[in-house]
Amino acid sequence: MTDLASDARSAGRTAPIIELIGVNKWFDDFQALKDINLAVLPGEKLVVCGPSGSGKSTMIRCINRLERHQSGRIIVDGTELDDDEKNIRTVRQEVGMVFQQFNLFPHLTVLENLMIGPQRARKMTKAQARERAELYLERVHIPEQADKYPSQLSGGQQQRVAIARSLCMEPRIMLFDEPTSALDPEMISEVLDVMTELAESGMTMVCVTHEMGFAKRVADTMVFMDAGEIVESADPETFFGNPRTDRCQRFLQQILGH
Amino acid sequence: MRLAGHYRTLVKMLAVSLIAVLLSGCSSNWGWYVVSPMTKSGMNNLLFLIGGLKYTLLLSVTAIMISVVVGLLVALPGLSENRALKLFNRTYVECIRAIPILVMILWVYYGLPQIADIQIGVFWAGVLALALSDSAFQAEIFRAGIQSIHRGQYEAARSISLSYTDTMRFIILPQAIKRILPALGNQLVYMLKMSSLVSVIGMQELTRRANELVVTEYRSLEIYTILIVEYLVLILIVSAGVRWLERRMRTDEGS
Repeated sequence: MTDLASDARSAGRTAPIIELIGVNKWFDDFQALKDINLAVLPGEKLVVCGPSGSGKSTMIRCINRLERHQSGRIIVDGTELDDDEKNIRTVRQEVGMVFQQFNLFPHLTVLENLMIGPQRARKMTKAQARERAELYLERVHIPEQADKYPSQLSGGQQQRVAIARSLCMEPRIMLFDEPTSALDPEMISEVLDVMTELAESGMTMVCVTHEMGFAKRVADTMVFMDAGEIVESADPETFFGNPRTDRCQRFLQQILGH
Repeated sequence: MRLAGHYRTLVKMLAVSLIAVLLSGCSSNWGWYVVSPMTKSGMNNLLFLIGGLKYTLLLSVTAIMISVVVGLLVALPGLSENRALKLFNRTYVECIRAIPILVMILWVYYGLPQIADIQIGVFWAGVLALALSDSAFQAEIFRAGIQSIHRGQYEAARSISLSYTDTMRFIILPQAIKRILPALGNQLVYMLKMSSLVSVIGMQELTRRANELVVTEYRSLEIYTILIVEYLVLILIVSAGVRWLERRMRTDEGS
């Protein structure tokens, strides 16, 4: 599974920024992740797809410890995730996350949503945090919404605020957990555009998404998961043009068929 | 402050019944002279009764402020994954909740000084007993309020690396408090009423003063009627205040 990454490493490139080695996770009796091995290089764009319940959300949620893995190792930017709260916070400072349901703070304005992380977790002054918040609000193309509350924005705008909120922490890695699945169709492209721009800026990204057009445009590596396993991992051309496994072929037919 | 429609109706009903009671006082069964503002002694009695308001308010407000803080501090361990912390929360809530307030007041005033070897005045004994008693209910209210906040809010806060304290202080509690405000208002009303029990240890609040006046004037019906009116007016004002606060906090969120 780690062919690509090991190829890259043997070719003398940099070491992976995210590394999962033999990771297993159970929810009670149900095994959600089975012996996951994955390596993501700095600046790499990884798109994860697969049927629902295949463990793709669980996998990326393990990368910033929103889920705890039971065995195996997860190393993010040189820090191994274990039960040490200090390590967890170190990793979270470097890893931003965008959720399907946005999860903006409804009692804070857009600007306050963006400022709270830098102020509390990065110990910036209010003025510094505001400056940074305005910068990233500009980056997601909604500077005019700064003083509104999340409930006053459309779904697409809310998701872009959520992206900006993560970017305000200036993370080295961004995780996207089905960022467009809760959006009305006409709002999907505005979010994908922002994500594409982010990809072009060189950010390391791991995206769980069913937006295959976006995947073809942006991904360096495609990963297909099913029943808690990584079934296939390849560059987009091979992945879409010539999938090795039946399971992956069937999934792609279903998702691209309509 | 704008009164809602049903409040206005209530106030009108109150006024009408008050007039009816006062008029019926002309008959021989009533003796409103005892609190009549027209006579000097009546006026003195009336002022004596109303003077208790200060202590009722002071008792209740001090007690509720303490019980909110204690309640929150008891609620938080109840939300933890740690079994020992959870057990502490359950034990505290179940034990304190099982003690009648009157018994708690008597125990704090007469019992506590003996085992703790401290001097405790009537006021602080009252405050302590009321606050302790109420804190178990506050703990349950806070626990329910915090649990009602969606898991995604914690995850978002943690994903931007906020600490537990910051997550609670800036993200979870502001939302939870907004939701439990009606329940907190209820507790304040409840507290105002329960403070009447502190009269048994001699606190000069509304009920104690009424009792004392009855003993000297033998006009229990009129004096206790005044007492009811005092509580009613006080609580209507407090309720209106809580509602106003709820409305203000709702508009805070934009929609």
